[in-house]
Amino acid sequence: MPTEIKVPSLGESITEATVAKWLKRPGEPVVLDEPVAELETDKVTLEVPAPAAGTLAEIFAKEGANVPVGAVLGTIADGAAAAPHPPAQAGPSLSRLAQGEGPSSPSPRLRGEGRGEGQQVLERAGPAARKLIEESGLDSAAIAPSGPGGRITKGDVLAFRAREEPPSAPPSPAPVASEREVRVRMSRLRRRIAERLKAAQNTAAMLTTFNEIDMREPIALRERHRDAFAEKHGVRLGFMSIFVKAAIVALKEFPAVNAEIDGDDIVYKNHYDIGVAVGAEQGLVVPVVRDADWLSFAEIEKAIAGYARKARDGKLTIEELSGGTFTISNGGIYGSLLSTPILNPPQSGILGMHKIERRPVALGDKVEIRPMMYVALSYDHRIVDGREAVAFLVRIKECVEDPSRVLFEI
Amino acid sequence: MPDRYDIVIIGAGPGGYVAAIRAAQLGFRTACVESRDNLGGTCLNIGCIPSKALLQSSERFVEAKHALAEHGVRVGEVALDLAAMMGRKDRVVTTLTRGVEFLFRKNKIDWLKGKGRVAAPGRVVVTGADGAAQEVEAGSIILATGSESTPLPHLEIDEKRVVSSTGALSLDRVPDRLAIIGGGYIGLELGSVWSRLGAKVTVVEMLDHIVPNMDRELGTALQRVLARSGIGFKLGTKLASIREANEGFILDLDGAERESLAADVVLVSIGRRPNTEGLGLNAVGAARDEGGRIVVDDGFATNIPGIYAIGDVIRGPMLAHKAEEEGIAVVERLARQKPQIDYDAIPAVVYTWPEAASVGRTEEELKAAAIPYRTGKFPFTANPRARTNGYTEGFVKILAEAETDRVLGIHIIGPDAGTLIAEAVLAKEFGASAEDIARTCHAHPTLNEALKEAALAVDDRAIHI
Repeated sequence: MPTEIKVPSLGESITEATVAKWLKRPGEPVVLDEPVAELETDKVTLEVPAPAAGTLAEIFAKEGANVPVGAVLGTIADGAAAAPHPPAQAGPSLSRLAQGEGPSSPSPRLRGEGRGEGQQVLERAGPAARKLIEESGLDSAAIAPSGPGGRITKGDVLAFRAREEPPSAPPSPAPVASEREVRVRMSRLRRRIAERLKAAQNTAAMLTTFNEIDMREPIALRERHRDAFAEKHGVRLGFMSIFVKAAIVALKEFPAVNAEIDGDDIVYKNHYDIGVAVGAEQGLVVPVVRDADWLSFAEIEKAIAGYARKARDGKLTIEELSGGTFTISNGGIYGSLLSTPILNPPQSGILGMHKIERRPVALGDKVEIRPMMYVALSYDHRIVDGREAVAFLVRIKECVEDPSRVLFEI
Repeated sequence: MPDRYDIVIIGAGPGGYVAAIRAAQLGFRTACVESRDNLGGTCLNIGCIPSKALLQSSERFVEAKHALAEHGVRVGEVALDLAAMMGRKDRVVTTLTRGVEFLFRKNKIDWLKGKGRVAAPGRVVVTGADGAAQEVEAGSIILATGSESTPLPHLEIDEKRVVSSTGALSLDRVPDRLAIIGGGYIGLELGSVWSRLGAKVTVVEMLDHIVPNMDRELGTALQRVLARSGIGFKLGTKLASIREANEGFILDLDGAERESLAADVVLVSIGRRPNTEGLGLNAVGAARDEGGRIVVDDGFATNIPGIYAIGDVIRGPMLAHKAEEEGIAVVERLARQKPQIDYDAIPAVVYTWPEAASVGRTEEELKAAAIPYRTGKFPFTANPRARTNGYTEGFVKILAEAETDRVLGIHIIGPDAGTLIAEAVLAKEFGASAEDIARTCHAHPTLNEALKEAALAVDDRAIHI
């Protein structure tokens, strides 16, 4: 019995994904849970594990196709020796049969054993078409042939590529010195980021308030407990956990910043799910530290470190990226001194951290050199008043400059 | 600071120089190392090209002597001017090697004159004729050093009386008796040249058939025609010993019976071996197989990162056009393209008269692999153009997979078989069925029609027989 490979649940409000790439070809053996395909959604790229061991038998959803949750991507046949057979729908490989060339059944084969249908189609496509298919990473069985005897021509491949625009197939840029511009199709993720950022600017009455934080205390605190903390918890004590904790104190005092507008209502949330922006190769992603108000400093640091690792490997799940109530972004890791973050809708506030710089500051009548950080709070002025926003940021400043305030909730 | 190149190719034969030009086209800064005074390697200097020049000239000689009268052309007494024939051959070679030099200049490829040696991955040392060494840096190194004639043990080649193919291209007089050790294509081609010019040629071959890699039916037919033209064959025969006698040699042969063969010149053409000496392969640890060929993967990469090899120094047939394809493929891969070579679609040609040409599987290979096939054959005697040309020797044979009609092998012996085979290679590359060839319109009257008829014959429906 063949086992169906289905599009897994993608989390809230995600109903559809794009098949980015098949990692296995029909006829290739697969072991249980081995990734067989990559799906791309608005937020992440995720791997689809094999639901059974055996041989990848059929591919129904070709690369570049949009598939809803639960759709059947392909099937896995029992046993590594199972012979692949042509797709059930009248695919291009069937049109060849329709032209009376006789079906192919197992018989001694040239060039390797068990040539799959795709392989046969490929062998009959000319050398130029073969090279193009290979370079574009296309599935030859998915390309409609126009040549005699059901042959894929170079023109067929070019037309397929132009039509499907698979995200994984940018024109291969040869190292030719005269290439002054390269045009690359935006990935689905990048397109979605662009849309959402613009939507946030268009919807919210967004503005930003600034402050600066003297980091001397948190730095000293970290110095003092660095080794003990790392030894006890197996994770580095960073500033992020202090900021998350400080933000929660402030959010509890100014609930509008933790609220969202839903139609004509304002929804105040009594849970504190803090999105922490992490840079990944495909773009910035914001995994959410859930119920952060119940977590210790160490638990928060561990959660963030885990997310950073997953982001690097492209393994973040949709659930991990959804449903934050407030976001903290840190442009400081890239060296930013000051910037205005954009809201992550439908949230109403986002805190921007920046780099720590030693600057002369006036303390009373003296000038001292202190490690200073600018912070920015962008907020939706539709529900957060200016006074609230400024006070919110001051509260964060107080808590970070003296983290013991977090402890005593003062 | 040593010069730095993206790609340094060692060897400017058909594999190396084509790789260099393609690399330059792709925007790589490219250098090619060659110690010969001329580019083009064995093929252009002492192989394909000079042998084809002599084959053409000697064919004209035979034609003038024996064939023109039938066409009603009287030429009087025909005489041989060997020096002029050799002079023409040398001019052809010079023109073509200069052509490669021009192509290097046009593509801004640096010719590093001298012997190339891999000092380390990414570093090539070039030692000139004067002994001066120059080191260059290379992003990638491509070894394309080709092959040389395999000598017989205990028989020193002086290139005057005991010759390899190199000496056989430049004999200063026609030997009375020429003995050829080895019945491969090189021996047959050069044997044809000297036989046509008047030598008594005898081919000694250990196996019981000539051109061992070709379809047996083709080899047998070729031997029959060559024997009729005057070449002697001693098959299934070993050279037991060789001794000097009366300014010549006596060869003691060990075959069906023991016999002796007298010869003035002996041509040793028992095969070719890869040129890997002094390349620095041991120093960098590049792996070789038991035949001494450099081991590469499908992308021509050796076991040492950044070092690649193509052509006669790696697996596969030692053919110029195979090396050329590999030269293009290896640099395109370095440019992240993905060309593929179908080694089943590499033609092999013997430029005797008639020519013999093959692509794909032989009948023997198909039988051994138990692949059911159908055969279509068509003789040139039934081809009108062959009739008008006055040369009707030979046939076309097409082997197609029984079940799918896919062309598996095409074998041609006949006039211009080396040119006719191109159509067969194209069919093979596109996975054509025999019927595809049969349904393709062929101009009339041409020799190519024999291919179409053979394709029809696969389905027992040839028209003109």
